[in-house]
Amino acid sequence: MNIFDRMMSLDRRWVFLFLAVVCVITYVWPFHIPISTTKEVESIYSFMDNLQEGDIIFLGIDYDPNALAELHPMAYAVAEHAFRKKLRIIFVTLSQNGPGMADQAIRDITDSVSVDRTYNGVFYEGRKLVNGIDYVFLGYKPYPALVILGMGQNFRIPFPSDYYGTPLDSIPMMNGVLNYDQIKCVIDLAAGNVADMWIIYGQGRYNFPLALGITGVMGADYYPYLGSRQIFGVMAGLLGAAQYEKLADNPGPAWDGMRIQLYAHIVIILFIIMGNVGFLMTRRKKKG
Amino acid sequence: MKRQLPLALVFIFGIFCIFQYFVPHESSEWIYEFLLAWIYIIGILTLALGIWSLIRVSWDKVQHRRPNWQYALVTLLGLFAMITFGFDYCRSFFSSEGLRNYMFVHFFDYILIPIQATMFSLLAFFIASASYRAFRARSLLASLLLLAALVIMLRFNPYLGFVGEYMEQLATWLLNVPNLAAKRAIIVGVGLGIVATSLKVILGIERNYLGRD
Repeated sequence: MNIFDRMMSLDRRWVFLFLAVVCVITYVWPFHIPISTTKEVESIYSFMDNLQEGDIIFLGIDYDPNALAELHPMAYAVAEHAFRKKLRIIFVTLSQNGPGMADQAIRDITDSVSVDRTYNGVFYEGRKLVNGIDYVFLGYKPYPALVILGMGQNFRIPFPSDYYGTPLDSIPMMNGVLNYDQIKCVIDLAAGNVADMWIIYGQGRYNFPLALGITGVMGADYYPYLGSRQIFGVMAGLLGAAQYEKLADNPGPAWDGMRIQLYAHIVIILFIIMGNVGFLMTRRKKKG
Repeated sequence: MKRQLPLALVFIFGIFCIFQYFVPHESSEWIYEFLLAWIYIIGILTLALGIWSLIRVSWDKVQHRRPNWQYALVTLLGLFAMITFGFDYCRSFFSSEGLRNYMFVHFFDYILIPIQATMFSLLAFFIASASYRAFRARSLLASLLLLAALVIMLRFNPYLGFVGEYMEQLATWLLNVPNLAAKRAIIVGVGLGIVATSLKVILGIERNYLGRD
Protein backbone atom coordinates (compact mmCIF):
# COMPACT_ATOMS: atom_id res chain seq x y z
CA MET A 1 0.00 0.00 0.00
CA ASN A 2 1.62 3.29 -1.11
CA ILE A 3 1.13 6.70 0.53
CA PHE A 4 -1.82 7.67 -1.73
CA ASP A 5 -3.66 4.48 -0.89
CA ARG A 6 -3.09 5.22 2.78
CA MET A 7 -4.40 8.76 2.34
CA MET A 8 -7.57 7.31 0.85
CA SER A 9 -8.25 4.59 3.37
CA LEU A 10 -7.24 6.01 6.70
CA ASP A 11 -8.78 4.15 9.64
CA ARG A 12 -11.75 6.14 10.91
CA ARG A 13 -10.37 5.98 14.45
CA TRP A 14 -7.63 8.39 13.34
CA VAL A 15 -10.33 10.81 12.18
CA PHE A 16 -12.07 10.49 15.55
CA LEU A 17 -8.81 10.99 17.43
CA PHE A 18 -7.74 14.10 15.48
CA LEU A 19 -11.17 15.63 15.81
CA ALA A 20 -11.31 14.90 19.55
CA VAL A 21 -7.85 16.39 20.13
CA VAL A 22 -8.71 19.55 18.18
CA CYS A 23 -12.04 19.92 20.02
CA VAL A 24 -10.39 19.51 23.43
CA ILE A 25 -7.53 21.93 22.66
CA THR A 26 -9.86 24.63 21.30
CA TYR A 27 -12.20 24.10 24.25
CA VAL A 28 -9.52 24.62 26.91
CA TRP A 29 -7.75 27.43 25.03
CA PRO A 30 -10.06 30.44 25.36
CA PHE A 31 -9.97 32.89 22.46
CA HIS A 32 -12.66 34.61 20.44
CA ILE A 33 -12.97 34.38 16.69
CA PRO A 34 -14.51 37.27 14.74
CA ILE A 35 -18.09 36.67 13.60
CA SER A 36 -19.82 38.41 10.72
CA THR A 37 -23.59 38.67 10.70
CA THR A 38 -26.12 37.82 8.01
CA LYS A 39 -29.37 39.54 6.99
CA GLU A 40 -31.44 36.58 8.19
CA VAL A 41 -30.28 37.05 11.79
CA GLU A 42 -30.05 40.86 11.64
CA SER A 43 -33.74 41.03 10.72
CA ILE A 44 -34.71 39.11 13.88
CA TYR A 45 -32.50 41.29 16.06
CA SER A 46 -33.76 44.58 14.60
CA PHE A 47 -37.39 43.43 14.82
CA MET A 48 -36.91 42.66 18.52
CA ASP A 49 -34.94 45.82 19.12
CA ASN A 50 -37.71 47.99 17.69
CA LEU A 51 -40.45 46.60 19.94
CA GLN A 52 -41.79 48.79 22.74
CA GLU A 53 -41.62 48.19 26.48
CA GLY A 54 -44.46 45.89 27.58
CA ASP A 55 -44.93 44.28 24.17
CA ILE A 56 -45.46 40.53 24.26
CA ILE A 57 -43.49 38.04 22.21
CA PHE A 58 -44.01 34.30 21.95
CA LEU A 59 -40.98 32.02 22.33
CA GLY A 60 -41.39 28.39 21.32
CA ILE A 61 -38.88 26.06 23.01
CA ASP A 62 -39.50 23.15 20.65
CA TYR A 63 -36.38 21.09 21.16
CA ASP A 64 -35.04 18.27 23.30
CA PRO A 65 -31.69 18.12 25.11
CA ASN A 66 -30.02 16.65 22.02
CA ALA A 67 -30.25 20.05 20.29
CA LEU A 68 -29.23 21.92 23.43
CA ALA A 69 -25.79 22.95 22.16
CA GLU A 70 -27.24 24.82 19.19
CA LEU A 71 -30.63 26.04 20.37
CA HIS A 72 -30.20 26.78 24.07
CA PRO A 73 -27.82 29.70 23.34
CA MET A 74 -30.47 31.13 20.99
CA ALA A 75 -33.10 30.92 23.73
CA TYR A 76 -30.73 32.63 26.17
CA ALA A 77 -29.73 35.40 23.75
CA VAL A 78 -33.24 36.17 22.48
CA ALA A 79 -34.92 35.99 25.90
CA GLU A 80 -32.26 38.09 27.62
CA HIS A 81 -32.47 40.71 24.84
CA ALA A 82 -36.26 40.77 25.26
CA PHE A 83 -36.19 41.02 29.04
CA ARG A 84 -33.55 43.75 29.01
CA LYS A 85 -35.87 45.73 26.75
CA LYS A 86 -38.71 45.02 29.21
CA LEU A 87 -40.68 42.96 26.72
CA ARG A 88 -42.85 40.19 28.10
CA ILE A 89 -42.53 36.60 26.93
CA ILE A 90 -44.95 33.70 26.57
CA PHE A 91 -42.93 30.48 26.65
CA VAL A 92 -44.48 27.34 25.20
CA THR A 93 -42.99 23.99 24.30
CA LEU A 94 -44.33 21.50 21.77
CA SER A 95 -41.50 19.05 22.29
CA GLN A 96 -41.88 16.31 24.88
CA ASN A 97 -38.64 17.03 26.74
CA GLY A 98 -39.09 20.75 26.17
CA PRO A 99 -40.55 21.63 29.60
CA GLY A 100 -37.25 20.80 31.28
CA MET A 101 -35.36 22.83 28.68
CA ALA A 102 -37.65 25.83 29.03
CA ASP A 103 -37.65 25.61 32.82
CA GLN A 104 -33.84 25.51 32.87
CA ALA A 105 -33.57 28.41 30.41
CA ILE A 106 -36.01 30.54 32.44
CA ARG A 107 -34.07 29.88 35.66
CA ASP A 108 -30.73 30.81 34.04
CA ILE A 109 -32.09 33.90 32.25
CA THR A 110 -33.77 35.08 35.45
CA ASP A 111 -30.37 34.94 37.18
CA SER A 112 -28.63 36.69 34.30
CA VAL A 113 -31.18 39.53 34.05
CA SER A 114 -30.88 40.23 37.79
CA VAL A 115 -27.35 41.60 37.22
CA ASP A 116 -26.55 45.11 35.94
CA ARG A 117 -25.14 45.00 32.42
CA THR A 118 -24.25 47.28 29.52
CA TYR A 119 -25.07 46.10 26.03
CA ASN A 120 -24.24 48.07 22.87
CA GLY A 121 -23.40 51.05 25.06
CA VAL A 122 -26.77 51.05 26.86
CA PHE A 123 -26.83 50.44 30.59
CA TYR A 124 -29.49 48.00 31.80
CA GLU A 125 -30.21 47.84 35.50
CA GLY A 126 -30.63 44.33 36.87
CA ARG A 127 -34.16 43.39 37.85
CA LYS A 128 -35.97 40.40 39.25
CA LEU A 129 -38.24 38.72 36.74
CA VAL A 130 -41.63 37.74 38.09
CA ASN A 131 -43.53 34.74 36.77
CA GLY A 132 -46.96 35.86 35.57
CA ILE A 133 -45.91 39.49 35.12
CA ASP A 134 -42.72 39.46 33.04
CA TYR A 135 -43.21 36.04 31.55
CA VAL A 136 -45.52 33.08 31.54
CA PHE A 137 -44.62 29.48 30.77
CA LEU A 138 -47.61 27.60 29.43
CA GLY A 139 -45.91 24.20 29.39
CA TYR A 140 -46.22 21.31 26.96
CA LYS A 141 -49.07 19.77 25.02
CA PRO A 142 -48.80 17.00 22.43
CA TYR A 143 -49.93 17.23 18.79
CA PRO A 144 -48.12 20.45 17.74
CA ALA A 145 -50.37 21.23 14.75
CA LEU A 146 -53.51 21.10 16.89
CA VAL A 147 -51.96 23.17 19.66
CA ILE A 148 -50.80 25.83 17.18
CA LEU A 149 -54.27 26.01 15.64
CA GLY A 150 -55.91 25.99 19.08
CA MET A 151 -53.77 28.88 20.33
CA GLY A 152 -54.84 30.86 17.27
CA GLN A 153 -58.36 30.83 18.67
CA ASN A 154 -57.54 31.14 22.34
CA PHE A 155 -54.45 30.27 24.39
CA ARG A 156 -56.85 28.86 26.99
CA ILE A 157 -58.04 26.06 24.68
CA PRO A 158 -54.83 24.01 24.73
CA PHE A 159 -53.53 25.61 27.95
CA PRO A 160 -56.26 26.31 30.52
CA SER A 161 -53.47 26.72 33.09
CA ASP A 162 -49.74 27.40 32.93
CA TYR A 163 -46.94 24.89 33.53
CA TYR A 164 -47.14 25.42 37.29
CA GLY A 165 -50.89 24.86 37.46
CA THR A 166 -52.07 28.49 37.71
CA PRO A 167 -55.22 29.14 35.64
CA LEU A 168 -54.43 31.49 32.75
CA ASP A 169 -57.30 33.80 33.74
CA SER A 170 -55.64 34.52 37.08
CA ILE A 171 -52.24 35.38 35.56
CA PRO A 172 -51.88 39.20 35.29
CA MET A 173 -49.81 39.06 32.12
CA MET A 174 -52.48 37.06 30.30
CA ASN A 175 -55.16 39.67 31.02
CA GLY A 176 -56.64 40.57 27.66
CA VAL A 177 -54.26 38.24 25.86
CA LEU A 178 -56.54 35.93 23.90
CA ASN A 179 -54.56 34.66 20.93
CA TYR A 180 -51.81 35.59 18.44
CA ASP A 181 -53.51 38.94 17.74
CA GLN A 182 -52.16 40.28 21.04
CA ILE A 183 -48.55 39.26 20.50
CA LYS A 184 -45.96 40.98 18.34
CA CYS A 185 -44.17 37.95 16.94
CA VAL A 186 -43.50 34.25 17.33
CA ILE A 187 -39.90 33.09 17.53
CA ASP A 188 -39.79 29.34 17.33
CA LEU A 189 -36.63 27.49 18.31
CA ALA A 190 -37.11 24.05 16.83
CA ALA A 191 -35.09 20.93 16.20
CA GLY A 192 -37.64 19.10 14.09
CA ASN A 193 -40.71 19.42 11.95
CA VAL A 194 -42.48 21.62 14.51
CA ALA A 195 -40.95 24.54 12.59
CA ASP A 196 -42.90 23.44 9.49
CA MET A 197 -46.09 23.31 11.52
CA TRP A 198 -45.55 26.84 12.77
CA ILE A 199 -45.22 27.96 9.15
CA ILE A 200 -48.17 25.98 7.81
CA TYR A 201 -50.71 26.12 10.64
CA GLY A 202 -49.51 29.20 12.50
CA GLN A 203 -48.21 31.83 10.11
CA GLY A 204 -50.17 30.42 7.17
CA ARG A 205 -53.49 30.72 8.92
CA TYR A 206 -53.08 33.53 11.44
CA ASN A 207 -50.52 35.61 9.55
CA PHE A 208 -48.34 36.71 12.48
CA PRO A 209 -44.65 37.62 12.09
CA LEU A 210 -42.67 34.40 12.49
CA ALA A 211 -38.94 33.85 12.89
CA LEU A 212 -37.13 30.55 13.33
CA GLY A 213 -34.15 29.32 15.27
CA ILE A 214 -33.16 25.91 13.96
CA THR A 215 -30.28 23.46 14.00
CA GLY A 216 -27.45 23.83 11.49
CA VAL A 217 -28.48 20.85 9.39
CA MET A 218 -32.00 22.23 9.01
CA GLY A 219 -30.76 25.64 7.85
CA ALA A 220 -30.89 25.16 4.08
CA ASP A 221 -34.45 23.76 4.27
CA TYR A 222 -35.97 27.05 5.41
CA TYR A 223 -34.57 29.49 2.86
CA PRO A 224 -37.66 29.13 0.60
CA TYR A 225 -39.80 30.51 3.43
CA LEU A 226 -37.51 33.53 3.74
CA GLY A 227 -37.91 34.18 0.03
CA SER A 228 -41.70 33.93 0.26
CA ARG A 229 -41.67 36.15 3.40
CA GLN A 230 -43.48 33.54 5.47
CA ILE A 231 -40.69 33.96 8.00
CA PHE A 232 -38.89 37.24 8.60
CA GLY A 233 -35.64 35.73 9.84
CA VAL A 234 -33.81 32.53 10.57
CA MET A 235 -30.99 31.63 12.93
CA ALA A 236 -29.36 28.39 11.85
CA GLY A 237 -27.20 26.41 14.22
CA LEU A 238 -24.50 27.61 16.55
CA LEU A 239 -23.46 30.21 13.99
CA GLY A 240 -26.95 31.77 13.99
CA ALA A 241 -26.94 31.92 17.79
CA ALA A 242 -23.43 33.44 17.81
CA GLN A 243 -24.56 36.09 15.33
CA TYR A 244 -27.48 37.04 17.58
CA GLU A 245 -25.13 37.20 20.57
CA LYS A 246 -22.85 39.49 18.60
CA LEU A 247 -25.70 41.77 17.55
CA ALA A 248 -26.97 41.89 21.13
CA ASP A 249 -23.40 42.54 22.37
CA ASN A 250 -23.87 39.63 24.75
CA PRO A 251 -21.16 37.00 24.06
CA GLY A 252 -22.35 33.68 25.40
CA PRO A 253 -22.05 29.94 24.87
CA ALA A 254 -22.64 30.14 21.10
CA TRP A 255 -19.87 32.60 20.33
CA ASP A 256 -17.67 30.67 22.73
CA GLY A 257 -18.43 27.44 20.90
CA MET A 258 -17.73 28.89 17.46
CA ARG A 259 -13.96 28.48 17.81
CA ILE A 260 -14.43 24.77 18.48
CA GLN A 261 -16.78 24.43 15.51
CA LEU A 262 -14.44 26.41 13.24
CA TYR A 263 -11.42 24.24 13.99
CA ALA A 264 -13.49 21.05 13.78
CA HIS A 265 -14.57 22.18 10.30
CA ILE A 266 -10.96 22.87 9.33
CA VAL A 267 -9.98 19.35 10.43
CA ILE A 268 -12.86 17.86 8.41
CA ILE A 269 -11.85 19.92 5.35
CA LEU A 270 -8.23 18.77 5.67
CA PHE A 271 -9.34 15.14 5.82
CA ILE A 272 -11.57 15.66 2.76
CA ILE A 273 -8.67 17.25 0.85
CA MET A 274 -6.35 14.43 1.91
CA GLY A 275 -8.85 11.80 0.77
CA ASN A 276 -9.30 13.51 -2.57
CA VAL A 277 -5.56 13.93 -3.21
CA GLY A 278 -5.15 10.22 -2.54
CA PHE A 279 -8.12 9.39 -4.77
CA LEU A 280 -6.99 11.56 -7.71
CA MET A 281 -3.39 10.40 -7.57
CA THR A 282 -4.41 6.75 -7.42
CA ARG A 283 -6.75 7.22 -10.37
CA ARG A 284 -4.02 8.96 -12.37
CA LYS A 285 -1.62 6.10 -11.65
CA LYS A 286 -4.19 3.53 -12.75
CA LYS A 287 -4.84 5.42 -16.00
CA GLY A 288 -1.13 5.88 -16.65
CA MET B 1 -70.01 -2.48 9.64
CA LYS B 2 -66.51 -3.01 11.00
CA ARG B 3 -65.10 -1.25 7.94
CA GLN B 4 -67.99 1.01 6.94
CA LEU B 5 -68.22 2.83 10.27
CA PRO B 6 -64.52 3.95 10.39
CA LEU B 7 -64.74 4.96 6.72
CA ALA B 8 -67.86 7.03 7.39
CA LEU B 9 -66.28 8.68 10.45
CA VAL B 10 -63.13 9.56 8.51
CA PHE B 11 -65.22 11.01 5.69
CA ILE B 12 -67.47 13.10 7.96
CA PHE B 13 -64.71 14.47 10.20
CA GLY B 14 -62.28 14.92 7.30
CA ILE B 15 -64.78 17.02 5.31
CA PHE B 16 -65.80 18.94 8.45
CA CYS B 17 -62.18 19.81 9.33
CA ILE B 18 -61.54 21.09 5.81
CA PHE B 19 -64.55 23.42 6.03
CA GLN B 20 -63.85 24.38 9.64
CA TYR B 21 -60.37 25.60 8.65
CA PHE B 22 -61.94 28.22 6.37
CA VAL B 23 -65.02 29.09 8.48
CA PRO B 24 -64.12 31.05 11.61
CA HIS B 25 -67.71 31.00 12.92
CA GLU B 26 -68.34 30.63 16.66
CA SER B 27 -70.24 27.35 16.32
CA SER B 28 -67.61 25.79 14.05
CA GLU B 29 -64.93 26.84 16.55
CA TRP B 30 -66.93 25.27 19.38
CA ILE B 31 -67.12 21.95 17.50
CA TYR B 32 -63.40 22.23 16.72
CA GLU B 33 -62.61 22.68 20.42
CA PHE B 34 -64.83 19.68 21.22
CA LEU B 35 -62.96 17.55 18.67
CA LEU B 36 -59.64 18.78 20.03
CA ALA B 37 -60.61 17.53 23.49
CA TRP B 38 -61.40 14.14 21.96
CA ILE B 39 -58.01 13.95 20.31
CA TYR B 40 -56.34 14.54 23.68
CA ILE B 41 -58.53 11.86 25.29
CA ILE B 42 -57.55 9.35 22.59
CA GLY B 43 -53.92 10.46 22.93
CA ILE B 44 -53.90 9.83 26.67
CA LEU B 45 -55.28 6.32 26.11
CA THR B 46 -52.52 5.60 23.59
CA LEU B 47 -49.99 6.95 26.10
CA ALA B 48 -51.27 4.50 28.72
CA LEU B 49 -51.07 1.73 26.14
CA GLY B 50 -47.49 2.74 25.28
CA ILE B 51 -46.41 2.74 28.92
CA TRP B 52 -48.04 -0.64 29.50
CA SER B 53 -46.33 -2.06 26.41
CA LEU B 54 -42.93 -0.69 27.52
CA ILE B 55 -43.34 -2.18 31.00
CA ARG B 56 -44.42 -5.57 29.62
CA VAL B 57 -41.60 -5.84 27.07
CA SER B 58 -38.94 -4.63 29.53
CA TRP B 59 -40.16 -6.82 32.39
CA ASP B 60 -40.23 -9.84 30.09
CA LYS B 61 -36.59 -9.19 29.18
CA VAL B 62 -35.58 -8.87 32.84
CA GLN B 63 -37.58 -11.87 34.01
CA HIS B 64 -36.17 -14.25 31.38
CA ARG B 65 -32.66 -12.74 31.45
CA ARG B 66 -32.76 -12.12 27.70
CA PRO B 67 -29.70 -10.52 26.01
CA ASN B 68 -29.06 -6.98 27.33
CA TRP B 69 -31.68 -7.38 30.06
CA GLN B 70 -29.74 -4.92 32.22
CA TYR B 71 -30.75 -2.06 29.91
CA ALA B 72 -34.40 -3.02 30.29
CA LEU B 73 -33.97 -2.85 34.06
CA VAL B 74 -32.50 0.66 33.78
CA THR B 75 -35.44 1.64 31.54
CA LEU B 76 -37.94 0.45 34.16
CA LEU B 77 -36.08 2.14 37.02
CA GLY B 78 -35.90 5.41 35.08
CA LEU B 79 -39.58 5.26 34.15
CA PHE B 80 -40.79 4.66 37.71
CA ALA B 81 -38.33 7.10 39.29
CA MET B 82 -39.49 9.98 37.06
CA ILE B 83 -43.16 9.11 37.62
CA THR B 84 -42.58 8.92 41.39
CA PHE B 85 -40.79 12.27 41.58
CA GLY B 86 -43.16 13.90 39.11
CA PHE B 87 -46.01 13.89 41.63
CA ASP B 88 -46.15 16.20 44.61
CA TYR B 89 -47.56 14.07 47.40
CA CYS B 90 -47.29 16.80 50.03
CA ARG B 91 -49.64 19.29 48.34
CA SER B 92 -51.87 17.48 45.94
CA PHE B 93 -51.39 14.20 44.13
CA PHE B 94 -52.23 15.79 40.79
CA SER B 95 -50.48 19.12 41.36
CA SER B 96 -47.98 20.18 38.69
CA GLU B 97 -45.77 21.45 41.50
CA GLY B 98 -44.15 18.03 41.34
CA LEU B 99 -42.45 19.18 38.17
CA ARG B 100 -40.39 21.48 40.38
CA ASN B 101 -39.52 18.56 42.66
CA TYR B 102 -35.82 18.73 43.55
CA MET B 103 -35.13 15.15 42.43
CA PHE B 104 -37.20 15.48 39.24
CA VAL B 105 -35.38 18.63 38.15
CA HIS B 106 -31.97 17.19 39.06
CA PHE B 107 -32.66 13.92 37.24
CA PHE B 108 -33.58 15.96 34.17
CA ASP B 109 -30.74 18.48 34.40
CA TYR B 110 -27.92 16.14 35.35
CA ILE B 111 -28.87 12.79 33.80
CA LEU B 112 -31.21 13.21 30.85
CA ILE B 113 -29.68 16.39 29.39
CA PRO B 114 -26.05 15.13 29.46
CA ILE B 115 -27.08 11.72 28.07
CA GLN B 116 -29.02 13.13 25.13
CA ALA B 117 -26.51 15.90 24.44
CA THR B 118 -23.64 13.37 24.48
CA MET B 119 -25.43 11.03 22.09
CA PHE B 120 -26.07 13.87 19.66
CA SER B 121 -22.55 15.28 19.91
CA LEU B 122 -21.13 11.89 18.87
CA LEU B 123 -22.76 12.60 15.52
CA ALA B 124 -19.99 15.14 14.79
CA PHE B 125 -17.42 12.33 14.80
CA PHE B 126 -19.47 10.14 12.49
CA ILE B 127 -20.11 13.07 10.15
CA ALA B 128 -16.38 13.81 10.05
CA SER B 129 -15.59 10.21 9.18
CA ALA B 130 -18.44 9.98 6.64
CA SER B 131 -17.37 13.26 4.98
CA TYR B 132 -13.81 11.99 4.62
CA ARG B 133 -15.06 8.85 2.86
CA ALA B 134 -18.02 10.20 0.89
CA PHE B 135 -16.81 13.55 -0.45
CA ARG B 136 -14.69 12.23 -3.32
CA ALA B 137 -14.49 13.93 -6.72
CA ARG B 138 -15.57 10.75 -8.54
CA SER B 139 -17.79 12.50 -11.11
CA LEU B 140 -18.94 15.98 -12.09
CA LEU B 141 -21.97 15.88 -9.76
CA ALA B 142 -19.91 14.52 -6.86
CA SER B 143 -17.35 17.29 -7.46
CA LEU B 144 -20.08 19.95 -7.39
CA LEU B 145 -21.40 18.53 -4.11
CA LEU B 146 -17.88 18.52 -2.70
CA LEU B 147 -17.29 22.15 -3.72
CA ALA B 148 -20.64 23.28 -2.32
CA ALA B 149 -19.88 21.58 1.00
CA LEU B 150 -16.47 23.24 1.18
CA VAL B 151 -17.90 26.68 0.39
CA ILE B 152 -20.60 26.35 3.06
CA MET B 153 -18.09 25.15 5.67
CA LEU B 154 -15.59 27.88 4.85
CA ARG B 155 -18.03 30.77 4.51
CA PHE B 156 -17.37 32.30 7.92
CA ASN B 157 -13.75 31.34 8.25
CA PRO B 158 -12.03 34.50 9.55
CA TYR B 159 -8.58 33.29 8.48
CA LEU B 160 -9.30 33.43 4.75
CA GLY B 161 -9.05 37.21 4.48
CA PHE B 162 -10.58 38.70 1.33
CA VAL B 163 -11.21 35.19 -0.07
CA GLY B 164 -13.56 34.68 2.87
CA GLU B 165 -15.76 37.56 1.69
CA TYR B 166 -16.15 35.96 -1.75
CA MET B 167 -16.75 32.64 -0.06
CA GLU B 168 -19.52 34.20 2.02
CA GLN B 169 -21.13 35.75 -1.08
CA LEU B 170 -20.90 32.48 -2.95
CA ALA B 171 -22.41 30.58 0.01
CA THR B 172 -25.28 33.07 0.22
CA TRP B 173 -25.90 32.66 -3.52
CA LEU B 174 -25.83 28.86 -3.21
CA LEU B 175 -28.38 28.96 -0.40
CA ASN B 176 -30.63 31.59 -1.97
CA VAL B 177 -30.67 30.44 -5.59
CA PRO B 178 -29.97 26.77 -6.40
CA ASN B 179 -30.86 25.51 -2.93
CA LEU B 180 -34.02 27.61 -2.75
CA ALA B 181 -35.18 26.49 -6.20
CA ALA B 182 -34.65 22.82 -5.41
CA LYS B 183 -36.24 23.03 -1.96
CA ARG B 184 -39.22 24.96 -3.28
CA ALA B 185 -39.84 22.31 -5.91
CA ILE B 186 -39.64 19.58 -3.27
CA ILE B 187 -41.96 21.46 -0.87
CA VAL B 188 -44.58 22.06 -3.57
CA GLY B 189 -44.33 18.41 -4.66
CA VAL B 190 -44.68 17.14 -1.10
CA GLY B 191 -47.61 19.50 -0.48
CA LEU B 192 -49.47 18.23 -3.53
CA GLY B 193 -48.70 14.68 -2.45
CA ILE B 194 -50.15 15.34 1.02
CA VAL B 195 -53.33 16.79 -0.50
CA ALA B 196 -53.72 13.79 -2.82
CA THR B 197 -53.11 11.26 -0.01
CA SER B 198 -55.46 13.09 2.37
CA LEU B 199 -58.22 13.11 -0.25
CA LYS B 200 -57.68 9.41 -0.88
CA VAL B 201 -58.02 8.70 2.87
CA ILE B 202 -61.10 10.93 3.27
CA LEU B 203 -62.82 9.43 0.24
CA GLY B 204 -62.04 5.89 1.37
CA ILE B 205 -59.76 5.03 -1.56
CA GLU B 206 -56.74 4.58 0.70
CA ARG B 207 -57.71 2.06 3.43
CA ASN B 208 -54.41 0.70 4.70
CA TYR B 209 -54.90 2.41 8.07
CA LEU B 210 -57.84 0.07 8.75
CA GLY B 211 -55.57 -2.99 8.84
CA ARG B 212 -56.20 -6.30 7.12
CA ASP B 213 -59.12 -7.72 9.14
